[in-house]
Amino acid sequence: MTPVLSVQNLRVEFPTRRGVLTAIDDISFDIAPGEVLGVVGESGAGKSITGTAIIGLIEPPGHIAGGQVLLRGSRIDNLPPDEMRRIRGKRIGMVFQDPLTSLNPLYRIGDQLTETITTHTNLSGSQARQKALSLLTEVGIPAPEQRIDNYPHQFSGGMRQRVVLALALAAEPELVIADEPTTALDVSVQAQIIALLKRLCAQHGAAVMLITHDMGVIAETADRVAVMYAGRIAEIGPVRDVIKQPLHPYTKGLMGSIPSLTHDSDRLVQIPGSMPRLTAIPSGCPFHPRCPRAFTPCPTFRPELAPEQNSQVACWLYTPFPVAAAAE
Amino acid sequence: MSLVAPAPSAAVEPAKPLVEVKGLGRVFDVSKPWLNRVTEGLPRRLLTAAADVTFSIGRRETFALVGESGSGKSTVAKMVVGLIAPTTGEVIIDGVSMSARRQESERRRLRRRIQMIFQDPYASLNPRWRALDIIAEPLRAFGIAQSTTQIAQRVGELLRLVGLDPADGTKYPHEFSGGQRQRIAIARALACNPEFIVCDEPTSALDVSVQAQILNLMRDLQDRFGLTYLFISHNLAVVRHMANRIGVMYLGRLVEVAPAREMFARPKHPYTRMLLDAVPDLDLTGRKRKPVEGEVPNPIDPPPGCPFHPRCPSAFERCRVEVPLPIAAGVATVRCHAVEEGRI
Repeated sequence: MTPVLSVQNLRVEFPTRRGVLTAIDDISFDIAPGEVLGVVGESGAGKSITGTAIIGLIEPPGHIAGGQVLLRGSRIDNLPPDEMRRIRGKRIGMVFQDPLTSLNPLYRIGDQLTETITTHTNLSGSQARQKALSLLTEVGIPAPEQRIDNYPHQFSGGMRQRVVLALALAAEPELVIADEPTTALDVSVQAQIIALLKRLCAQHGAAVMLITHDMGVIAETADRVAVMYAGRIAEIGPVRDVIKQPLHPYTKGLMGSIPSLTHDSDRLVQIPGSMPRLTAIPSGCPFHPRCPRAFTPCPTFRPELAPEQNSQVACWLYTPFPVAAAAE
Repeated sequence: MSLVAPAPSAAVEPAKPLVEVKGLGRVFDVSKPWLNRVTEGLPRRLLTAAADVTFSIGRRETFALVGESGSGKSTVAKMVVGLIAPTTGEVIIDGVSMSARRQESERRRLRRRIQMIFQDPYASLNPRWRALDIIAEPLRAFGIAQSTTQIAQRVGELLRLVGLDPADGTKYPHEFSGGQRQRIAIARALACNPEFIVCDEPTSALDVSVQAQILNLMRDLQDRFGLTYLFISHNLAVVRHMANRIGVMYLGRLVEVAPAREMFARPKHPYTRMLLDAVPDLDLTGRKRKPVEGEVPNPIDPPPGCPFHPRCPSAFERCRVEVPLPIAAGVATVRCHAVEEGRI
């Protein structure tokens, strides 16, 4: 079966006066139809840049410097801007962190919904309004007939994010990219939005790329998870394996540093140091200066993703170290 | 001046808490300007940010306040340190009231012993000051160290204490990462050997691995200097890790106070249960998260009776009319008619 989205050896660069910064360095992953892929990592890991690269919205002078992005087997990273615009919103829906910035404050939400629907489908104005109403009902907005003519500021944060979900799903996309969809919300509302996102995407058969820093949200929602560090994928695998038996030392540290709701612990696991800046990404494995288990090859040779148990991991602890390469 | 503060001896007065908050309340006037009110015939609009909040914090204890946005956590924190004046009730720290006029001179002496750490380390440090000046400010303000060499020495000690290099002192805040800035904020708070530190969401702006570093640091400092913390957070897992006792706030009211373990093992108030149910499950036990209906109501126009009744699964007639009073339920204190009547 063709994956909905296939990212192959993607590389994103930002040329600056002080040299070229590599924000995304050779990452590859697939998302199958109906699958939810979680992308986790700390600030600066390159999660959001990956999302914006896929939808072709990287701010110049940043650009895709290598690799390709395939949507249902056809390349979309080299399309002209107006063709890409037809794909965004139609075949790829997007949900961003702050619902107030992704809605236009000057338009009624009904107008924003019908605009999206009429742009991407051949429904007439009144049919589009009907469709907008049914979408608002579907995302759980009470009394949609009255709320459809309200402005974004008249909604609460959770309700606004529901409207954004309705917008993202308006044209029945094959892929939804959700970038920190619940980070700005309170925990009780967060649970509602996550449940809604999951249910809607399952109903519409859409694949989801869920970008977040919150491991809890991933654990509940994703089928597979990719852990990013310094622009690369450190580990990718089924969510249960990655959370219960993480392989990469970074994933282990990350999981240990989350306070638990059920276990008592005096101290949290602590990863020394912090995420490297793009201007100073260490050589070899980018995690080696912070890694408790770094050894001979790590500072010099870059580990590639290799299958290990049910996952894939980029770490020399699991890959036979090429002795010939070391001798060079 | 030695860095190791004479730890307040808990053994001398074990029964007397360091901080007592009694019936604390705060009402904000959010009306339009007077002229608009007169010409448009609008009434005054009052927002009750906190009402009848009562709790105490023992020495060397960590008391946490949790709740969603708008529940009044930060308002209570600001009243405790005296940044805003309460409308009703009072805060008594070590026998000194934070609002009584006649205790002004005692209060001035008390101020040195209370410090605060804020949520956003990008906003709480002056971008035009070097780190060492930021940390030295309380030393100068309270006249703890006068000579330049004394100050420099003390700042160096403090930087080392929070895990930074004393040579970093000459840098400006923008040269540090978020976690390092929060360390500077902690160093500043520790500069004058405080006993009581109010931490308002100290790790919410940080990544999890950095959060772990800061939480570990705060615990180490507490053990070393015998600090008392009032810890404000919306993150239940962080609160469970840090606190001895927890207070849950909803729409300006403290709905449940209980020891940390007890609260997580046997939550009493329906809102506490709801909050615990809503937390994502990292242990993959297959526990189903129960999304709660509804959102926090507008605090300008709160529901009558128990403020939680529109979202409460066990609400009944009495909840809609009568504000529940705090009652003891085991080791916990709860404001809930259903708990009082033994229905849940």
